[in-house]
Amino acid sequence: MFGIKKDFVCELPKKYYTLSDYEKGVARWCPGCGDHAVLSAVQRLCREEQLPPEKTVFVSGIGCSSRFPHYMNTYGFHGLHGRAFPVACGVKFRRPDLNVFVITGDGDCCSIGAGAWIHAIRYNMNITTIMFDNQIYGMTKKQTSPTSRIGTISNTHPTGSVLPPVNPLQTSLGMSNVSFVAQTADWVPGHLFATIKAGYEHPGFAFIKVIMRCSKFMGPLVEEMTTNRDAISILTHENGILPDDGTLRAFRHHHVHDPSDIDAARELAEDKEASYLGLFYQNKEAIRYDLYGAHNLGFTPEEKIAAVNAQLDKYAV
Amino acid sequence: MKEGNGSLATPSPKISNRLTLKEHILEIVSDSGEGAQKAGQSFGAVSAKMGNGVWTVEIIPADIQPPPRTKESASGIRIRFGTGKITNAGDEADVLVAFNEIVPYTRIEQNVYRKGTIVLIESKWATDDSADIRKSYANAIQDFKDRGFVVYEIPMEEECLKLTPNPKKGKNMWVLGMLSHIYDRDMEKAAAQIEYTFRSKSQAVIDSNLKLLQAGYNWAAEHLDLRYEVPAIEAKQELVVMNGNEALSFGIQAAGIELCSMYPITPATSTSHHLAECIQSSGGIIHQAEDEIAAVGFAIGASYAGKTSVTITSGPGLALKTEFLGLAVMAEVPLVVIDVQRGGPSTGLPTKVEQSDLLAVLYGQPGDAPKVVLAPSTIEECFHFVILARKIAESFRMPVILLSDANLATGVQPFPRPQLREEWLSPPVDQSPWKEGVTPYGWDDKTGLSQRPIPGQAGGEYTLTGLAHSAAAKVTYLPEINQKTSALRSRKLATFGRTLKPPKVNGDNEGELLIVGWGSTRGAIEEAVGRAREQGASVSSLHLHFLSPMEPGLKEIFQRFKKVMTVEINYSDSLDDPMITPENRRYAQLAWLLRAQTLVDIDCYSNVYGQPLRPGDIVDKIQQELNR
Repeated sequence: MFGIKKDFVCELPKKYYTLSDYEKGVARWCPGCGDHAVLSAVQRLCREEQLPPEKTVFVSGIGCSSRFPHYMNTYGFHGLHGRAFPVACGVKFRRPDLNVFVITGDGDCCSIGAGAWIHAIRYNMNITTIMFDNQIYGMTKKQTSPTSRIGTISNTHPTGSVLPPVNPLQTSLGMSNVSFVAQTADWVPGHLFATIKAGYEHPGFAFIKVIMRCSKFMGPLVEEMTTNRDAISILTHENGILPDDGTLRAFRHHHVHDPSDIDAARELAEDKEASYLGLFYQNKEAIRYDLYGAHNLGFTPEEKIAAVNAQLDKYAV
Repeated sequence: MKEGNGSLATPSPKISNRLTLKEHILEIVSDSGEGAQKAGQSFGAVSAKMGNGVWTVEIIPADIQPPPRTKESASGIRIRFGTGKITNAGDEADVLVAFNEIVPYTRIEQNVYRKGTIVLIESKWATDDSADIRKSYANAIQDFKDRGFVVYEIPMEEECLKLTPNPKKGKNMWVLGMLSHIYDRDMEKAAAQIEYTFRSKSQAVIDSNLKLLQAGYNWAAEHLDLRYEVPAIEAKQELVVMNGNEALSFGIQAAGIELCSMYPITPATSTSHHLAECIQSSGGIIHQAEDEIAAVGFAIGASYAGKTSVTITSGPGLALKTEFLGLAVMAEVPLVVIDVQRGGPSTGLPTKVEQSDLLAVLYGQPGDAPKVVLAPSTIEECFHFVILARKIAESFRMPVILLSDANLATGVQPFPRPQLREEWLSPPVDQSPWKEGVTPYGWDDKTGLSQRPIPGQAGGEYTLTGLAHSAAAKVTYLPEINQKTSALRSRKLATFGRTLKPPKVNGDNEGELLIVGWGSTRGAIEEAVGRAREQGASVSSLHLHFLSPMEPGLKEIFQRFKKVMTVEINYSDSLDDPMITPENRRYAQLAWLLRAQTLVDIDCYSNVYGQPLRPGDIVDKIQQELNR
């Protein structure tokens, strides 16, 4: 038609996804909440990786962060408090073709879901986990979280919390078969994106702890975290996460850390003086349970029936 | 049979004085670890293969390593076998084989023996080094005789020592040989059974056991005057022999279920053991989760992603799965849950039978959580009901709970070999584009049914949520939507109920007394009703397979009987108990439901001794009710 030869027509890619293909609705988080930043970073990752929305599943538990799947135009599973990991692992086990993300919070992951969390680390399925750590229960209105610093004033501890917090990095690094542990902060967008991307690219279970702002209930803490840049140190290494120049300029403390060194990673995780942003540990060779789960997919009906019949033969009279 | 196993006798020529019996009940009881169960299972399998009707039930100690020669250590098996079909464990045993004099007392306390029960007991304790043991043995033998048992003292260990330095291992097979002679079992089949039982062991182990089998057989031929024949009828069709938990495993695979996610719990676990051995060959896999909650969550995740899965548990595990079951109802995720019930509450009686989870599965979830509940009543139904459960779960987009129990789990029974069909298998996961304009919960107002998008279907993207939601899967706080969606989920049960037929009455369609049961008690109830009817009693029975929704027409059936009474293995108050009145009496679980459902004044007979119900006890209860 119109004299254009077929040979001269460029073939368009079958579909190019734009940011709007991943967006759904208006996020109902408070103004100033760090969750918005993570949502933007994840939508950007989906676009950069061109993840087909129908092949992507966001699984969450309960809490502010766990509303996340409702704002993604992909498949989502907003399930039970503390139970995102078993659901996500069940999705991945027999559907290796799906991109699976877990969105969880400090209460969801480190308190009610702690059992499932540490076992998810051990299963090491190819799942990207983003743990939103704002050190407080927001949705239920300011109760002490397992990661609240000692002395945190909350509705359940009006005179200050009395126990030291769980250290999610240390806990992850202490679990056998751990394969990827990183930390970032919601208000450092370049670093946040680079970390989530590295987690997505990791062949195994990526645990990303995002230090979050809860402006509603943790105002003074947010103020302290976001203004005292000297308390933050950026981890650098050729095998680590490469942050953008802006991040490196914004934070003057840098620390060279080899992410294959788990002992050094544990020391950094224990450091009370500084918060390190970057890749603490990575092991691409850790045993993958999802590969085991998917090893015998795709039997035909004939094969299934023949196998069951062969077993029945042993029980035949 | 392989060659080179020594000369195995063919069954002895029919001895004229063999006593022909319609059926017999045999128990073998030993210390935990001495292999009574293995001997009994082999005996049951051989009998079934010969064409006898068989029911076996295990006697399991609750402790892992109870001290030997104690009542707690009693481990064994009951085998009831006969010429016709056997549907339950029966009444008192006819023959007991005991490896020491203490373990039978566990069973004596449960009144499972009668005057005239033949006791074949290991005699080595009579000459034990310990005076205490010699005395204990002598006292027990005297006590057995005083109870009217017919005692035969058998030098089991002495005979085994002629063939093996360690008779602790192997004595059971010598006993199997002895019993094979007493009951004229087919020795070729017995030898083949030994080879199968010890298939993972060395040839030396197999050979040693075969020698012991033959020695036991020969010894009985020379020394025992016990000769029975329980004629077998050659089966017209091919049969398979297995226990209920194995039947569940076969059902899971025949349904094409590709994932069983579980956490170890008695008495459900042996299903997982069987699955672990074979499900990978039929394209499935088993996941042992970190806990019961994760096990069901994992299964729900896979079901959500299009691979309808099963989780298998028992009472305490069911309690932990409660929240996820509510989610599966609310978010309409198909799921098969198998609950092999045991004694409760709490850890209760882990190895014993009870039917105590009925109300918990129906009403255990906070909020209204309608779901389908089925209860198989035979080993064969354990197989077929899993296939049915998966189909219902997918068609009606809800969890289906299958209630088995410890009685079915360990009961072994032959049944016609299933002819596997492709339509029993789950269909391939639909990955075609989602139809435009159809919402993820586009409920049909009349039936409550809807189509479910599966990840991978382009255009069907939605976020499943346990929050109240609209047809578009949007979180909503509108009160009318919660009311409407609750009604639609409930309506699915009514829709499914329309496909059910009224249950058949066993016996006359009207009369004085109707016994109603569910689950594993069917064999005992129907046998009891048959016996009572032979004695002229006006009694019938009815067995429910669907507990939610219930089979239709119940009220109309109940009204044709003067009295209706459930028979169940769970707790109910007795009107004879202190403080109990007709007003405050707590009824057995099915009775509660039926009273609420039909407004008929239904009575109940139930107990929690942890034992399968005996037909004889039910006959007594029937007579008592009719003579009131």
